Amino acid sequence: MSLPGRAGRTTWLFVALAALAVAALLSVALGVRAVGWSDIVAGLSGDHDTVGAAAVAKRVPRTALAVLVGGSLGLAGAVMQGVTRNPLADPALLGVTSGSALAVVCGIAFFGLAAPSSYLAVAILGAAAAAVLVHAIGSLGRGGPTTLKLALAGAACTAAFSSMVSAVLLPRIDVMNEFRFWQIGGVGGADWHRIGMVAPLVLTALVVCMGAARGLDALALGDDAAAGLGVHVGRTRLLAGLAAIVLCGSATAVAGPIGFVGLVVPHLCRLLVGSAHRWLLPLSLLVGAALLTLADVLGRVVARPAELDVGIVTAVLGAPFFIALVRRAAVRAL
Amino acid sequence: MSTVPVTLVGERRRRATRRRSVLGLLAALVAIAFAASLMIGHTLYGPVDVVRVILGQDVPGASFTVGDLRVPRASLGLLAGLAFGIGGVTFQTMLRNPLAAPDVIGISSGASAAGVFGIVVLGLSGLAVSLVAVAAALGVALLIYVLAWRDGVLGSRLVLIGIGIAAMLDSVVSWVLVRASQWDLQTAMRWLTGSLNAASWELVVPLLAVVLLVVPVLLAQSRPLELLQLGDDAAAALGVRVERTRLVVIVAAVLLIACATAAAGPIAFVAFLSGPVAARIVGPGASLLVPAGLVGALVVLVADQIGQWALGTRYPVGVVTGALGAPFLVYLLARTHRFGGSL
Repeated sequence: MSLPGRAGRTTWLFVALAALAVAALLSVALGVRAVGWSDIVAGLSGDHDTVGAAAVAKRVPRTALAVLVGGSLGLAGAVMQGVTRNPLADPALLGVTSGSALAVVCGIAFFGLAAPSSYLAVAILGAAAAAVLVHAIGSLGRGGPTTLKLALAGAACTAAFSSMVSAVLLPRIDVMNEFRFWQIGGVGGADWHRIGMVAPLVLTALVVCMGAARGLDALALGDDAAAGLGVHVGRTRLLAGLAAIVLCGSATAVAGPIGFVGLVVPHLCRLLVGSAHRWLLPLSLLVGAALLTLADVLGRVVARPAELDVGIVTAVLGAPFFIALVRRAAVRAL
Repeated sequence: MSTVPVTLVGERRRRATRRRSVLGLLAALVAIAFAASLMIGHTLYGPVDVVRVILGQDVPGASFTVGDLRVPRASLGLLAGLAFGIGGVTFQTMLRNPLAAPDVIGISSGASAAGVFGIVVLGLSGLAVSLVAVAAALGVALLIYVLAWRDGVLGSRLVLIGIGIAAMLDSVVSWVLVRASQWDLQTAMRWLTGSLNAASWELVVPLLAVVLLVVPVLLAQSRPLELLQLGDDAAAALGVRVERTRLVVIVAAVLLIACATAAAGPIAFVAFLSGPVAARIVGPGASLLVPAGLVGALVVLVADQIGQWALGTRYPVGVVTGALGAPFLVYLLARTHRFGGSL
């Protein structure tokens, strides 16, 4: 497949933007309660008189959160795949999200954290610690961090983290009750306060990632070649990796662990615009946001009158994609 | 020149002796742990009382505590540990990768997901739950095998596909648990970590039947299974019917894992770690099925006692094995990556 030129890539960016707008509109319009156009317009203009309009007004922050979280995860996945040069890198599969889950649970249980604002810092710290640990374990031995070793280290660490989470939770039924709604990953309980807290972090990380785009392109050629092109390999990797951790840590803090978005989105985007990061990163952001919003809508529609949390939807839809990727991968690359 | 064969024979004999004594020691330790589980509790009962209860005599107090509570619990721990150990090491041997344990590649997740679904959504109980869990685990194993098939099954591809499937199934488990009422929550948590708290004869008897039926089959296949490690072609040249052996072994191991999971939940890391621990104790060049089973039983029995009495809260056994297993797992990962893929 020949890659599109600059005009084609710009078109794809606008297509993704349009898809995001449609997804956001659907997310506001569709839900457990069916509403008419007049209710949607009324709800969006801040009028809460009818039940329908109030429902629409409730869906607005939820949509904003889905956009924010999906964008963060898509971008984080693209950056992680670039930094680790690993096609199967995903925050959830590499144990990063379960690391931040463990940190949040420990925070609630042992340090009496109650405000979501304090979850945020703890979740990011946990994500960073888990990322370093998994990468260290996966890099041991011959050949450095290969795909299989990283995936196994991620799966094993996830198993270890989740049994530690159970160990902390079991004697504390109150914490457990609070946590079990968080651990699936959902955007249901969104409010503007939490969104406002995370948004600046995500924006900063976005700027850092975009700044690292050229360096990431060079990294794809291998460390030596990148250094030969005048890229500071260590610094690029550190900055971009840190930004990715902040992105998925804050997404996890506000919405719980959501898997497979970070895996699927960059692959999709690479098919559309190729692997140059200055195109790949913004497109991953937009497509991730659109995809997660759509997944949330899907979860609300298929299980009426109940809701399917978005983390379940992405896992059920994303796992077959992961399997297809594994089946396609060349044997030696594993 | 003639000294070399003599040394080889001596070495082989020495290993066999060592293997026998290690097996004897392990079996003795399992017996001690089992007996201790019957005697230790809120009230301590001496060996005499315990034996009298088991013989069917009426001992005030002990008849209920030991006979109805501790014997089923200890039996369930013993059988589940045995089943996890043997099933786990079978997978690890067959796939030639110590990390390819059933709890990593999604077999246990399949059994858990079906079990939780059966209990919470379909309202099943007892034997029906076991049947659903077994059917689902077999289905998941088959699915992973088929998906990993592409000009033959490659160990690494199978492991990665298993990880993907496990991630999907685990999210199904947590979704069902969120739907569970708070009253069911503690019970349902058993399906996330594994616990012996619900032990009763109703759970023990089916598991016992499966263990008695399946373990001899696996033991009979232990020699072909060893040969399979040389690679399919070499094994076929040595007279192993490769596909048949593999099919029998997979079905048998999945049955063990699924029935144990249905009875006690996926007790974390037991299937994963029994094999490597046994390999380190027994030494190279021998079948690991029996030692791994004994190690699994020992770990479950001891961890259950630790979980019940050694810590402030009464933890289910899976939490203890998870906490004990995690550091060992990291060590194992590090070692495997450094020295290649053997157990």
